[in-house]
Amino acid sequence: MPHAVEFQGVTKRYGAVTALDAISLQIERGTLVTLLGPSGCGKTTVLRLIAGLEQPNQGRILIGGEDVTLRAASERNISMVFQSYALFPHMTVLENVCYGLRAGGVKKPRAIEMATDKLAQVGLAGYEGRLPSELSGGQQQRVAVARAIVLEPEVLLFDEPLSNLDAKLRRRVREEIRDLQQSLSLTALYVTHDQQEALAISDRILVMNMARIAQDGTPRRLYEQPASHFVADFIGDANIVPVEIVRLDGATAEVRLGPFLLTLPHHGAEPGPAELAIRPQALILAAGPADGKSLSGRIARAAYLGSHMEYWVSVAGEIDLFVVSPDVVSPLPPGAEVAMTLAPAGVAVIRRQ
Amino acid sequence: MVAWGALALVPWYALGGMPRGVPAWPAAMQALVGERPWLIPVLLALLPATWAVIGPARPRLLVWSAVAGIAWIAVEGFGILHHGWGFEALATLTGSPGPTQPGLGWGAMIHVLALTMLIAHGLARQGVCRGDVFVVGALLLVVGLIVLFVIYPALCILSSALRDNDGGFAPTLFAAKLFGRPIWGLDCLFGPQACGTAWNTVAVASIVGVATTLIGLAFALLALRTRMPMKPLVAFLSVLPIITPPFVIGLALILLFGRSGAVTIWVADLLHLPRTRWIYGITGITLAQVLAFTPISFLVMIGVLQGVAPSLEEAAQTLRAGRWRTFRTITWPLIRPGLANAFLIAFIESMADFANPLMIGGNFTVLATDIFFAVVGTTHDQGRAAVLALVLLTFTLTAFQAQRAWVGRRSYATMGGKGAAGRAAALPGGLHVLSYVAVVPYLLLTIAVYGTIMVGGFVVSIGRDNTPTLRHLMTAFSVEHGVGGWFLSGSAWNSLITTFEIALIAMPFTAAIGIVTAWLLDRQRFAGQKSFEFLAMMSFAIPGTVVGVSYILAFNVPPLALTGTGAIIAIAFAFRNMPVGIRAGLANLSQIDRSLDEASLTLGARSFRTLRLVILPMLRPAVTTALVYSFVRAVTAVSAVIFLVTGEYQLATVYIVGRADVGDYGVAIVYSAVLIVLMLLILLVIQLAVGVKRPGARPASGAGAVTPMAIVQG
Repeated sequence: MPHAVEFQGVTKRYGAVTALDAISLQIERGTLVTLLGPSGCGKTTVLRLIAGLEQPNQGRILIGGEDVTLRAASERNISMVFQSYALFPHMTVLENVCYGLRAGGVKKPRAIEMATDKLAQVGLAGYEGRLPSELSGGQQQRVAVARAIVLEPEVLLFDEPLSNLDAKLRRRVREEIRDLQQSLSLTALYVTHDQQEALAISDRILVMNMARIAQDGTPRRLYEQPASHFVADFIGDANIVPVEIVRLDGATAEVRLGPFLLTLPHHGAEPGPAELAIRPQALILAAGPADGKSLSGRIARAAYLGSHMEYWVSVAGEIDLFVVSPDVVSPLPPGAEVAMTLAPAGVAVIRRQ
Repeated sequence: MVAWGALALVPWYALGGMPRGVPAWPAAMQALVGERPWLIPVLLALLPATWAVIGPARPRLLVWSAVAGIAWIAVEGFGILHHGWGFEALATLTGSPGPTQPGLGWGAMIHVLALTMLIAHGLARQGVCRGDVFVVGALLLVVGLIVLFVIYPALCILSSALRDNDGGFAPTLFAAKLFGRPIWGLDCLFGPQACGTAWNTVAVASIVGVATTLIGLAFALLALRTRMPMKPLVAFLSVLPIITPPFVIGLALILLFGRSGAVTIWVADLLHLPRTRWIYGITGITLAQVLAFTPISFLVMIGVLQGVAPSLEEAAQTLRAGRWRTFRTITWPLIRPGLANAFLIAFIESMADFANPLMIGGNFTVLATDIFFAVVGTTHDQGRAAVLALVLLTFTLTAFQAQRAWVGRRSYATMGGKGAAGRAAALPGGLHVLSYVAVVPYLLLTIAVYGTIMVGGFVVSIGRDNTPTLRHLMTAFSVEHGVGGWFLSGSAWNSLITTFEIALIAMPFTAAIGIVTAWLLDRQRFAGQKSFEFLAMMSFAIPGTVVGVSYILAFNVPPLALTGTGAIIAIAFAFRNMPVGIRAGLANLSQIDRSLDEASLTLGARSFRTLRLVILPMLRPAVTTALVYSFVRAVTAVSAVIFLVTGEYQLATVYIVGRADVGDYGVAIVYSAVLIVLMLLILLVIQLAVGVKRPGARPASGAGAVTPMAIVQG
């Protein structure tokens, strides 16, 4: 079966700026794939190229195995949920949802039937006659989703669909989107810069940086085995420290970090200098001076965040490490001397680039 | 398809002026019968195109064959005129006067249109404009129309300027005309003779530019920085230049200050001074133009002043700067680019103004009037008209280019960020007084001018005999009951009705081409967009007189013989006023989020459907603005159409100018007053109709707001 979407060496330039640099990717049917990256990394460009709102300078784009590189947006089997929702302000909710069906030649009674059905599915039954301006942000977002899925496209594109919602609503709506995608087994491509959102809903994440794909994998793999400094830093917080790989042994490596000698999966790193990504919760703090099995440090700053404590721990007056501790009952005061040990689950070796 | 249909069925030559005896046959028949063999290539070019459509997809072939078809039509169109070969070389080559053909007709027009659409199909299939046929088609169509009705006539001026009046190529004569004393002479500096027309024009334009900018600034300062009631003032001043036919102010000035004007007589009686003709000449022209164009400067300066963030002035004052120092060091530097902009706009307007110099210029000639007299005067020197038009066009295009470059590069919207809160600094005392000194005389004169126009038509002879009478109104607009029932017996009805008819016909075309162009400019990306924008906006800077001359030169003879028809007047209106639609469209489109179009496209609607169902409903304010202003401007236009009117197609403004020219001021004033009142009524009615809130539409501001450049009137 062909992939829902395929890029073959796609390059897009805006004048002198390269937005996408020879990108190749495939998206399997029925999966939700997230494009994640900082602003300006090219993720939205990928979406717009698939939609046909932009045309590549080089390369081919296939949707459902068909070459659509030169085809206009209206001739492609996709639909898109916009960041601003882009609901037509002069049409009612029902007219908005019917719009794509009517453009595709569906007869009016049938279109109304399908649209009403989809509106009920997103929980908006009874709102058909309203204007978009009479709906709340969350409701508008659902109309936008209904308008997109009613066309049953080969691939559904989401362009940061939650960024206009407040934090609480965002969490709920992203679960709704995930449920809808699973129950209708839709293929969806989702653009966001919010790594938590990406981790929460994706089957697969493409992390993008500087017009290229930095890493491609499941949420768990990206978090536990970041392939680069950039990915480790971008997905979740990480302390990145220089280390020395002493020797390799099968799939593992012996890594020296200060007083520690750790045995970790090497992910293709060579003996010699490398980097280590340490998640903030992998560092375990204990008050008092360090012994031979721990690292000595001093609390530089401490913040109470209700569910946990955040510390900046200064090591030998040089490196500052970011530490998250679940212990809020007996917080460590700034200036206190601490001994740190490592939980191996939150530590990953990164190849020197 | 349509292209074949046009060839086979519709007469190739149809638009008027067809010599007797030539059957109005379709092109295909004429070619096959062998009567006009030069039409055969037109058929030949269509063959590969048809094959490219029916057979395997060959977009390149389609494009080239259609281009070849159009190119051949152009070549044979210019090569073979109704009196024989179009080029002398051809005549000597064949040794015969050559075949003849009349102007192109409907068949040719539809055929060219169909070929254009074929090119659009071909290009779109190659992925041009994201593969969108409608966009490519619209783009080609607009560019084609602009080339045909703006660029081509302008080039005709150039070619005509280079020839003598018999059509021969005469570069030395051209140089002599171009650099001659009538245009560039400086005699007035040394003696009593007149200076060259070009210098006259530049002098008037510069004075008017400076004066209107300063008075406009004074108005804006008073409106924004004092407690002067601003809203009515803005409404009043923004509507005046639109509804006023350009010659009205000159006319009123004559009636007030002319040799037998009301004020002149009054002053002469009072002070026992001799009555003079001082108003005729540079004084009158300058005065009239300052009165006419100050509102435009005012609107520009209002925008500029509002762009200065009050927080900056507040910051200056907290830094111990006094009111005067704040104005001098903060406000003034920030509005300087805006002042330059206002100056250049007034400069262009003054150069383009034709009607006021005609009315009140006396022996003082400017380029615009000189062109007119070169064409209609006793000399009837089209070559000289073309040279003058060339000079004027160079001036205005240079100023236009400077203005665009200035506004484009320097943003006078200040860098202060969003925080527009705060109160603007009060005016320094001295400046306050100065502003009143500039503004009050202007207001008094304006009231006098419009008062004269409104009252003057209802007295026997204003100034001399102020007995109220309806005589002039009856002459112009009487309705009588005769044998055949009621009929319009007034002398003005004919021209009024013609004017409205042609303006109504031109109205939808003007709006359509303007809005489509705005949509292309704002929503589409294509190669050469900058040049396209320049072309589209350029017709702003082409003075009406130049348009008039160029249309005569371009469309008097086949292949496009349009002169003498109502169509050419409608076309002149459409392309003169197209920028109004573009401006309105652009302003409106910038308020509509681009993601709405994209949403529609990704939902499977093609760009035409998107335009129709999504964009147009939200563009309603712009469409209304474009329709109304294109109509009103068409009704009040003089300069371009004065060359194009005929006995059959007499226009209101031209009629008024004619009446005033022969001294029949009563009818002229009454007619002017009627036009002003009618235009005002139309604007008010539309404003009310648009002002009613429609459900569902977001309040799109700027519906009735017209950008200052939209008011340039020649």
